Amino acid sequence: MSLLSRRSFLKTGFAAAGAACASQFPLPAAAQPKNNEELATLIDIRKCIGCEACVEACRDVNGFKYPEPQKPFPKMYPSRVKVADWSDEKKREVRDRLTPYNWLFIQWATVNIDGEEQEISFPRRCMHCQNPPCADLCPWGAARKLKNGITVIHSDICLGGRKCQIVCPWDIPQRQTGVGLYLDLLPSYAGNGVMYKCDRCYNLIAEGELPACIEECPEDVQTIGPRSEIVQEAHRLADQEGAYIYGENENGGTNTIYLSTVPFEALNQAIDKGPGQPHLDPVKDKMAHADNLAKAMLIAPIAGLAAAVSRVYKVTKNVSNQIEDKK
Amino acid sequence: MNPDKTQRCYIEQALIKPIYLFLLFMMGLTGFGQMPIFKRYYIADIPGLAWTAKFYVTHYLHYLGAILLFFLVVYGVVFYLGLMRQSYTLNRAAYVRIILLAAIIVTGIFRVLKNLPEVVFSPAFTMFIDISHLAFMMLLMIFGIVFSITRSGWLVPRNS
Repeated sequence: MSLLSRRSFLKTGFAAAGAACASQFPLPAAAQPKNNEELATLIDIRKCIGCEACVEACRDVNGFKYPEPQKPFPKMYPSRVKVADWSDEKKREVRDRLTPYNWLFIQWATVNIDGEEQEISFPRRCMHCQNPPCADLCPWGAARKLKNGITVIHSDICLGGRKCQIVCPWDIPQRQTGVGLYLDLLPSYAGNGVMYKCDRCYNLIAEGELPACIEECPEDVQTIGPRSEIVQEAHRLADQEGAYIYGENENGGTNTIYLSTVPFEALNQAIDKGPGQPHLDPVKDKMAHADNLAKAMLIAPIAGLAAAVSRVYKVTKNVSNQIEDKK
Repeated sequence: MNPDKTQRCYIEQALIKPIYLFLLFMMGLTGFGQMPIFKRYYIADIPGLAWTAKFYVTHYLHYLGAILLFFLVVYGVVFYLGLMRQSYTLNRAAYVRIILLAAIIVTGIFRVLKNLPEVVFSPAFTMFIDISHLAFMMLLMIFGIVFSITRSGWLVPRNS
């Protein structure tokens, strides 16, 4: 098993780091995706104590990526376009939801287990879908999926149109106005800032390190490794301990697998949901239509060819018959 | 004897053009709908056009349009080669359109491939596809307007 939590990484990671550097994703060899398989994380909700160490680690490590907007913001046309500003000191400190300055937060649920009320906590962030609608539908290629399964929004390219948030089943990306490429184009008429979300510390992973939230978690809530092994481990734990899984099949499959002894339906009812606070609903594959229609695209030219050849043949035959009749 | 020597009239000559223009219009509309502009600029507020701001709807329609365009392009090419080529030749405007249409189709195919779950292109290549697909469409629109002003169709009779 090559799944890595913080502790197992410390034991095995450095020894293997050299060998890993030669590959595309220089994670420690123990967490290397086999055959370029995507990396996934297992979030074991049972272990989370809600200490927010992961939240602080995320903010510390990714702080240099946060927006520093220019003010005053350009006047927006038409007036229905509202700015999104999380940049003042107080708003930057918000930790109970996703914001451009908080890419990971702890979600709380009060649930009744065996007649006893219990507080359950778990980290929420981008699910890093296997076929992410944000990356598929971004008109500029600013949101992109990397081969190791991470979805990243490039802050130098994003225009802040918020399409990625609208098409995301969990409304994950968050906008900050007054920053980014749109300021150099038509700031009043097109774009509205940059969208921000968890990039699963892709830069640390590229250097053979673990994402900050995994590195700093004192309870080893998260484990990272090749997706097939993460899913296998999740099922092993679920079968052994009667736990439930979320994220394996949501939106066609994500690279974030949650494990809980409380059914996700119950957790979903118990959590605060709203802007920046994603749900735990079952999610159908949002891009399934694209897969199905792509198959039809293969058939369309063949059908066109068959129809046209048939038509040409019939016309040619009719003309030949007419000539024969005249003779 | 080749049938097109007779310069017969085919129903396709009347039908393909309006279908092609309607398809291009819909592809352009749903293509521009991939950018978040129709809601911002009140287009989606026009009765009957609310769907233009629904990204999954416009994406579905764009794919559907691509399927019809594939059918039409192959049908048109074979029809021309089989029945029209002896009597008509393509003019320069047609070659410009064909080159641009081919570029749109090729970049579109790559975009469709990119959206498949198992396919991951490099970010730079994805951006190139996205932007060039849009740029080729804009060029086709511009040339389409120019050619409509200069009344340059696609075909000219060989004996003219």
